[in-house]
Amino acid sequence: MSHNVYIYIFGMALVTYLIRVLPLTLIRKEIKNVTVRSFLYYVPYVTLAVMTFPAILDATQSPISAVAALVVAIVLAYFRLGLFPVAVLSSVTVFVLELFIK
Amino acid sequence: MKAGIPIGLGYFAVALTLGIAAKEAGFTPFQATLTSFLINASAGEYIGFTLIAAGASYLEVFLMEAIANARYMLMSAALSQKLKPGVGTVQRMLLGYCITDENFGVSIALDERLDPFYTYGVASVAIPGWSLGTLCGAILGEVLPVSLLSALGVSLYGMFISVFIPESRKNKIVAGLVAISFALSYAVSAIPWFDGISDGVKIIALTVVISLAAALIFPVKEENKDVA
Repeated sequence: MSHNVYIYIFGMALVTYLIRVLPLTLIRKEIKNVTVRSFLYYVPYVTLAVMTFPAILDATQSPISAVAALVVAIVLAYFRLGLFPVAVLSSVTVFVLELFIK
Repeated sequence: MKAGIPIGLGYFAVALTLGIAAKEAGFTPFQATLTSFLINASAGEYIGFTLIAAGASYLEVFLMEAIANARYMLMSAALSQKLKPGVGTVQRMLLGYCITDENFGVSIALDERLDPFYTYGVASVAIPGWSLGTLCGAILGEVLPVSLLSALGVSLYGMFISVFIPESRKNKIVAGLVAISFALSYAVSAIPWFDGISDGVKIIALTVVISLAAALIFPVKEENKDVA
């Protein structure tokens, strides 16, 4: 590798940091526009949903265990189990299922 | 900090695979850990390592980094509206550093306005988990059993799900949007025509299109206190 690794690291860090900080520091007032407010309300749920599916299918060794984990997580989250139980129990689902599949 | 524990554990697991990728790109364990500590972004770092391994130029890597992480700009804008009044610039700069998908997820899911110290608490567990995971991945690499990595791999998605499902239960429009997001995201990944587009670009494009359409068709009423 002829490039300097540290230039890569610090360059990537700077770019990422600016992206994260500029909106937070520049937008000081409450936004009044209904469309913008609605947009920002929907963004987190949409972006997390988009990132979850279908990426979860490739996160495990078998799509079957991944689908099972997805269903388990959705059901548990629907009944308002917290972040930690949902995350752990979906991992346990995959681990147990993959003892049998493969 | 309590909310940070599952995130830290999940991060540790995901970062292990990232550490392996870093090693393949020729990073020393120290450099890999530094990258994770400074950048704190799974997809962004993964793309970075992949490009660097392929010998890409500085400009290419930085540009890709901006695209892969552009969703944080939307999250940052959303948090600016969630923040409780009277939070100064220094606090905002520190809070910005803490924005990751999961830290953002738990911060935006709060019923009340956000106190930055809540996010710091979460991040104080999550970010070391991330850095340590990368370090262990870069050192241990392939020694870990695949079954364990595979099981831990879904924990992050479990966290995402526990953010959008409870809101879907409260709000039918959000439920519909989640279904649409799943369907479109799957379509975009399955149709070969979109293969040339990176995952980061797909995520941001879908997020903007779906959220904007929803905002125009189903504007949120002002008196709703849950508005971001």
